[in-house]
Amino acid sequence: MTFCIHVPSDTTAKALGADRLTKLLAATANERKVDLSIKRNGTRALYWLEPLIEVETKQGRFGFGPVKEADIDSLFDAEFWRGDVVHPLALGLVEDIPYLKQQQRLTFARAGVIDPLSLADYQAKEGYRGLKNALAMDAQPLVDEIKASGLRGRGGAAFPTGIKWQTVLDAPAEQKYVVCNADEGDSGTFADRLVMECDPFMLIEGMTIAGLAVGATQGYIYLRSEYPLAFKTLHDAIAIAYENNLLGAGILGSDKHFDLEVRLGAGAYICGEETSLLESLEGKRGLVRAKPPLPAIVGLFGQPTVVNNVLSLAAVPFILDKGAKAYADYGMGRSLGTLPFQLAGNVKRGGLVELAFGPTLRELMFDFGGGTRNGRPLKAVQVGGPLGAYLPESQWDIPLDYEAFAKEGAVLGHGGVVMFDDSVDMSEQARFSMEFCVAESCGKCTPCRIGSTRGVEVIDRIRSGENVDGNMSLLSDLCETMVDGSLCAMGGMTPFPVQSAMKHFKDDFTKRATSTTNTEEI
Amino acid sequence: MTTPRFVTWDPAIAQTIIEDFKSKPGALLPLLHAIQERFSYIPEEAVGLIATALKQTRAEIHGVISFYHHFRTKQPGRHVVEVCRAEACQALGARRLEAYAKSMLGVDYHQTTADNNITLEPVYCLGNCSCGPSVRVGDEIYADVDTQRFDELVDNLKTDRLEVQ
Repeated sequence: MTFCIHVPSDTTAKALGADRLTKLLAATANERKVDLSIKRNGTRALYWLEPLIEVETKQGRFGFGPVKEADIDSLFDAEFWRGDVVHPLALGLVEDIPYLKQQQRLTFARAGVIDPLSLADYQAKEGYRGLKNALAMDAQPLVDEIKASGLRGRGGAAFPTGIKWQTVLDAPAEQKYVVCNADEGDSGTFADRLVMECDPFMLIEGMTIAGLAVGATQGYIYLRSEYPLAFKTLHDAIAIAYENNLLGAGILGSDKHFDLEVRLGAGAYICGEETSLLESLEGKRGLVRAKPPLPAIVGLFGQPTVVNNVLSLAAVPFILDKGAKAYADYGMGRSLGTLPFQLAGNVKRGGLVELAFGPTLRELMFDFGGGTRNGRPLKAVQVGGPLGAYLPESQWDIPLDYEAFAKEGAVLGHGGVVMFDDSVDMSEQARFSMEFCVAESCGKCTPCRIGSTRGVEVIDRIRSGENVDGNMSLLSDLCETMVDGSLCAMGGMTPFPVQSAMKHFKDDFTKRATSTTNTEEI
Repeated sequence: MTTPRFVTWDPAIAQTIIEDFKSKPGALLPLLHAIQERFSYIPEEAVGLIATALKQTRAEIHGVISFYHHFRTKQPGRHVVEVCRAEACQALGARRLEAYAKSMLGVDYHQTTADNNITLEPVYCLGNCSCGPSVRVGDEIYADVDTQRFDELVDNLKTDRLEVQ
């Protein structure tokens, strides 16, 4: 009898040794004459359990993890391939692991379940049902469906996706484009990568539907070059989609046409900003464009262009399959549907947590995350990437909702949550924010290009205890100038982490002042 | 797969690559990637060939190359080791790892070791943010890289084994 097991194959699982583990499992099975069929799934993104081996049984999939090479012999001794066996790494049914069970996985329902490049797996789990529905609809009802779902851009700005699509649909042009922003540069985020590595057909399907909705026949996925595995997976998945008449001319026997290509970025964070991304796709320096005109009207090569984040497009097949209402039933207020949060940094149970909007940051970090990895007290958390504010404990009870965060001067962004223990020096983090802006500013506007360099210098003076009060007030001024005067979010939001660090962790800035300007003993 | 990943500069090979890409819309970035993939960097000679093919000036091509961190105009060492210095890795000790990598290899960022084996580069996020600190070598990414694991990685690179999947 053949026993079927799954070994994850996403970047993190591989980085933790999943490929070598797969080879050893196969070799050991061969030696011990166990008939094992080893499949490679994506990942469930329960990262503290990776590599997480799953065994298929009639009752469901049983998990074992985190599996190290040294565990292989004992796993075979326990006949792990039977699933429900006693072993120190046995996790029971994977679907019953509370971290997973308590999530609302809509976008990530298939992640870690299917073989990412198996079209049959994808279709067996509701894949391409959305596209079939979409092919039977006219453009306007399609856009209406997205509007009714309440879907807002998941890249960070949270602009209503349906409105953006409407603008492109209404713009008359011979050629329109759908561009997927897969330049997931925010530290602490990996949800886009997971979509592309674990369920690439979902993104392809979402983009195809977007093309039908707005009348675009060409799509580009602009992917960051730091994601080599996602590049390979997308490349292969697109080829499979073409072979199966899911891309190209006459999609599924209809008269619809949509072409899709992956383009690699080249290590510029700013190219995650949509106009910079378009410049880059056109083969230029990624300089930010002034808006208006909006990309929806004058976008790629001057044509009307939908620019959506991976997660926005990935939500589309579900909406077209199950209906707008099914999606809008999740969430709160104006934040409808689910957001995949990513627990990262110093966290005990890191990974992907897809939840309807509404729970608090504290629930996310402690109930799911289990606090810090090293057990030290949690001091600060940065939500929403390098341009997001650092939140102290007094702000951990804010509900995870776009408006609630905005009210506190924070951003949910792409849902990245990076946790820091009490050993972090927040003035050093503030310095890094400015330093990052120096490295990544496109250079077009002065507040961002020069302001960030001056910011590093002023923070260095503060950190060396030089005229701390004066320099703190200078830094505040500089932050305001950058926020008000920058052309895009790079310079306009770089001050957010700096200002929040100054406001909530002032001691980290002023502690050195005593050593040079005061004569008092510390 | 034992063929070397990169070849030495050859204008004929470059011209073939250029011909393959030049009529794509927005050809320059894919073209630069293809050149760097083949030669490990973008030689000065390639800039002229690309400029001619795309009907742009050399300055325009140079402007694009210099804008993007990924593109390099000097030949790197046999291996490029990228250390993540973004926040999620910082929270797990990336600053310590960066300092260690520099002192252990005796180079700063963007520099190559004296034996021409390793070029050290910073990288801002590899998307492995729950299991940092993260390091990339070629197209492989490594998780939980403390100083000891960094030593092991570098040791493996010293044996000059080609990375075979």
